[in-house]
Order: sequence, then structure tokens, then C-alpha cells
Amino acid sequence: MMKQTIAALLAAPLLIAAAPQRAVAAEEMALENAPIDVRDRASLQAGARTFVNYCLNCHSASLMRYSQLTAIGLTEDQIRDSLMFTARKVGEPMAVAMNRAEAKEWFGAAPPDLSVIARSRGADWLYTYLRGFYRDPTTATGWNNAVFPNVGMPHVLWQLQGVRIRKETPLVRDGKPVEENGMPVMQVSYETVTPGTQSPEQYDRTVRDLVNFLVWMGEPQQLKRKEVGIFVLFVLGVLALLTYMLKQEFWKDVH
Amino acid sequence: MANNSKVQALLGWIDDRFPLTKLWKEQASEYYAPKNLNFWYYFGSLAAVVLVNQIVTGIFLTMNYKPDATLAFASVEYIMRDVPWGWLIRYMHSTGASAFFIVVYLHMVRGLLYGSHKKPRELIWIFGVLIFLCLMAEAFFGYLLPWGQMSYWGAQVIVNLFGAIPLIGQDLAVWIRGDYVIADATLNRFFAFHVIAVPLVLLGLVVAHLIALHEVGSNNPDGIEIKKKKGPDGHPLDGIPFHPYYTVKDLYGVVIFLIVCSIILFFMPDFGGYFLEANNFIPADSLKTPPHIAPVWYFTPFYSILRATTENFVWVLRGGVVIAAVIALVRSRSNKMRGAAIAGAVVLLGALWLFEAKVWGVVLMGASVLIFFALPWLDRSPVKSVRYRGPYFKAALAVYFVSFVILGYLGVQVPTAGRTLLAQICTTLYFLFFLLMPWYTTIDKYKPEPERVTG
Repeated sequence: MMKQTIAALLAAPLLIAAAPQRAVAAEEMALENAPIDVRDRASLQAGARTFVNYCLNCHSASLMRYSQLTAIGLTEDQIRDSLMFTARKVGEPMAVAMNRAEAKEWFGAAPPDLSVIARSRGADWLYTYLRGFYRDPTTATGWNNAVFPNVGMPHVLWQLQGVRIRKETPLVRDGKPVEENGMPVMQVSYETVTPGTQSPEQYDRTVRDLVNFLVWMGEPQQLKRKEVGIFVLFVLGVLALLTYMLKQEFWKDVH
Repeated sequence: MANNSKVQALLGWIDDRFPLTKLWKEQASEYYAPKNLNFWYYFGSLAAVVLVNQIVTGIFLTMNYKPDATLAFASVEYIMRDVPWGWLIRYMHSTGASAFFIVVYLHMVRGLLYGSHKKPRELIWIFGVLIFLCLMAEAFFGYLLPWGQMSYWGAQVIVNLFGAIPLIGQDLAVWIRGDYVIADATLNRFFAFHVIAVPLVLLGLVVAHLIALHEVGSNNPDGIEIKKKKGPDGHPLDGIPFHPYYTVKDLYGVVIFLIVCSIILFFMPDFGGYFLEANNFIPADSLKTPPHIAPVWYFTPFYSILRATTENFVWVLRGGVVIAAVIALVRSRSNKMRGAAIAGAVVLLGALWLFEAKVWGVVLMGASVLIFFALPWLDRSPVKSVRYRGPYFKAALAVYFVSFVILGYLGVQVPTAGRTLLAQICTTLYFLFFLLMPWYTTIDKYKPEPERVTG
């Protein structure tokens, strides 16, 4: 009885953990796994470059200082020379000149600050989203997105990825069109009509590096956190052994 | 050893003015605790450790946090990024909040298993329930402070509950918020409650909880009173001094607990979105309601009870009132009692007809916590520990635990028709555990309690 109760209680959090939910479910589709690695400095630096060149014109990262980029292996001179376009001092936050009210008028919604975007959206969402743009003449910007339908953001990286269009074709299984409630089930596919300056593989890498950078920027201390964690666990492990032996020593005369 | 006599002299000087040695003896070195305290008895001392952690890390967070609607969100990230070791302090506090509830829930489970709420420990239990209420308030106020979307909308949902109260509800909600929506004024007062008002009450209650505990003595897994069997030295035969035996044992427990917490804190501080919700990394926006508002995991069982109370479920409540009234009519001996039962039922049925389901959701959610206060008197069992209780209690307790966990799970999910039905069934079972307790603990079969504690 006792053991079962304990087992049931221990299993309870697992049950809960089995169904985690990101609350952005409204625009859910199958997300692809972002192959990121925040220890890969070359990738982070490439991502930082893409970020300042393409994102930082409309999106701020106001909780992030340029100087913090030294943590991914850049010197202050490198940051000043190749990554700072508007700021004057490396200690400044990554702000944008765009006025929020005007931005709202232009895009329908002010572009969100991206400092912690990876922590709210998750790497997989960002990775799928940034690779999910397609041409759509019905929207105001002429672009639409597979994971975020009718998004206000245009496809900023279109020159790299090229232009894609969305196609719906009836789903065929065993030579017969699949139907549900008398309606043919449609299959969605994307077709590149104008190739970009990067091959699909290169573009995936660019997005991967960018998402990697966003994830790192969401918590710049995350590598240090894990390093400290290993040290702390080691110390606690030793302490556990010592306190266990202490307890056994004191308790040996209790029967 | 010359030093030793100086220490003795200093101690003597203090003892003449303050009962230091006396306190130490009474509360630790000569406080006799049962020698058979098992795994479940770690969680009391662990709760104390977490309380200290929350207070200390909280003080340091306060040094850099800005309770201002325009600055709060950024100040938390400032702590995470620019304050030296700020990330560690913040994660210790956020992980500690969830750890507090885990530890306290397990501490309460222990109480239920071994009958720690029963005579003569009713007041310890009541102080404990008050501590739990304070903890819920503390967590609720604190959760607004990061000023993310979940902070904001979670607080909005909970404060709006007060709006459900008939007549005064809307005004009351405005009074609590200090504005028509959650705003800067709300953030300021929640900050005040979180950092000083509630912690003061909480600390006072913890002291009362411990004083009451040390007055009666600890219960144990056998649920028998060790003070009944004393040796020639006047100490309980089955007791051992708290210090050094339980201080060293609890020290070991603390280290193991810290290992578990460290794994979470350093390697998965979000805990998959349960300890830090993804949506709370979006700054609060009063114009954008998130599609799915879920409270933090430790509130979800109670939140489920709130959501389960639909218009249909009010019929279950009506049925419950009628059944209770019939039982009261059959069982009461005097006509006066019968009259009171009928009058009570009529008033309740009238209220159930008059007020909307939302009101009853709030009432049930409140009742689901407040009913803990009645536990010592609902439990009619002659024995304390589950070891000597009969099949009815064991089954009821198992059903209760399962219902609680299912309610908690449903609270983080988007409601569907099936899930709402399941939540309604579990809500009913949750309350039946308490309401039927006087009956099933009376007719249950009990095993004889041992004279002395068993292993």
C-alpha cells in the first residue's frame, strides 16, 4: 500500500509532464526540430550578423547590450565595426529607431522586442516560422506564413530563400482521392518559383544560425548556468555522502 | 580548554537574562521525537529550508526589481542579464516557489496518511492550513511581479472571480485592483503584499505551528503517542532527542533535496514551461488576451474545480443539498433540528436558483481549500495511522489523491466537453472524500494499534 502510494505520487508529475503545452496553439502546425547548439560560437556569430542585418531594423532587443556579444567570442572592436549601425557605445542596448505607433500603422502590429522571443515561442517554432514564408497576393505585404497565418511581418529574408508559393492538391492514397465528409482532403505543398541567392541547404543553415543566436540571446547566461550546475552538483554529491555517513554514525545506536 | 570556561561564562551571563540554554534544550536537545519517523517526515524541515531560501533570495531580488508597470518586465531581465549572479538568485526564487508547493503538498499527504490532524494535534493542523492559505496568497501576489502575459492575465482571471460575488462583486474587484483593469496600482500593492504583509503573517504562523508541535510532540507512522510509555528517566521509550538524531538526518535530507532542486534550477529552470511559463516571457499587454490562460501548476487542481462548476453541475449541487437535507431529517432527534435542516436546505436551494454558476465555482474553489480546516472533526476513526485503518478509508484516500492529480492535470489543459465531465466527476469525488468521512470512518474496520512503535 505504502509503496504503491509513493509510486503513484512520483508518477503524478510525469503524467503532467507528458503533455506540455505552448500557449501559441492557435496557429499550430507540425513544427520542425531546430538543430541548434548554443555552444557553437561560429554559428552564434553568424546568427548575430544575420540578426543585426535583417531583424534589428524593425525589431529591437532592448534587454540585450551589444557588449554582451563578447560572450560569443567577439571583441568590442569587432562589435563596433561590423555589428553596430545605430548605437554609439557598446554598452548600449539593441534598440531600433522605428517609432512603435508608426510601426503599428505600417504592419498592423508593432514588431515585438526579440530579447526573449526564443523563451516564449521556442526554437522549433522560430525555425519553422522563418522557413515558412510564401507569396500570397491577398495579404497587405504580399507574404503569408505557414505557421503564423496572415502575419504582419513581410518575408525579410526572401532574397536569400527565394519566392515560394503554396499549392493545394487533393490527397491521393492507393490511387484514390481521400475524402472526408464528401469533401476531398487537400495536401499542402510549397513550390519555389524564384530561387534565392542561397540554396535550400544554405538557407536552412542561415535560419538555424539565426535561431541559435535568438535562443542564446534569450538567456545569455545559459552556458555559465550549466557549468556552475555541474560544479554545484559535484559539491552536493560529496556533501550527500558525508551527511549520509554522519547520519549513519549517529543513528547506529538507535534500535 | 581555557576557552571553554569563557564560553560557559558567556552562556551563563546570557542565560541569566535570556533563556537560551532552556530554549535549546526544550526545542532541540531534549525534545524527544519518535525514533520511527520515515521518508515522509523530511518535508517539514525541507519546507523550512525553502522558506528561508525564498526570503533570502527575495531580499536580493527586491534590491534590483522595479515594481512599476513600465519597468517591471525589463527589471527582471536586468536581474537575469546584468546583475552579477542575478540569474542564480532569480532561478533559486522561481524554482523555490514550485519546490515550496511540492514540499508542502507532500507534507500534507503525510498528515493525511498518518492522521497528524487528529487529536491532540488539531491546532497544528489548523495552523498548517493557514500557512497553506498564506502560501497560496504569497504565490499569487508574487506571480504578478514579473509582469508577463501570464502574470497579467492570471491575476485578471483571479481578481475577476471576486466580481462574481453578488451585489458588491464588481466594486470589490475594482477595490482590489485599484483600477478597472490590472494596472500599475495593482502591481504596487501586490508587491507590498508579496514582500512584507504575507511573509510576516506566514512567519508568525510557522512559529505557531512549531510551538504547537513541540507542545504535543510529533506524530509518527504508527500514529500512537510515544509519551504514554516513558522510561525511568522520564523520557519516552520510543523517543530520541531531536538533536543530534534528527538534525543530522534532516541535514542529509536537505542535501538530497538540494540535489533535486539543483538539477531543475541549473539544467531545466523552466521545467518544460511548468515552473516558468513560456507566455510569461511576453510583456503584459492589456489589449491582447492569450488564447489559453493556465495558472501555474500548483493552483491547477483548484482552478479545475472552478471551471468544472458549470450550469449543469449546479444541478449536482442542488441534488447534494436535497440528499443532505433528507439525511438530516431522518437522523435528527428533535423537531427543532428537523426545522433547521429544512430551513437551511430551502435557503441554499434558493441561493442556488438565484445566483449564476460562476458564483458557485468561486464558492466551491474556496470550499475545496477551507474544508481542510474541518478535517480533524470529520475524521471519526479511533486510530490515526493508515497502517491500522480499514479498507474504506484506504480506498477513499486513494480515490482522493487520484482525483486531486487528475484535477491538477486538467487545469493546464484546454477544456473540452469530455475533460469538463471528468473534472466534474473528480470535483464530486474530491468533496465526497471529506463529506462522507464521518460515515466511512465510523463503519470502517480497524486493526489494533501496537503498544510501541514498529520499525
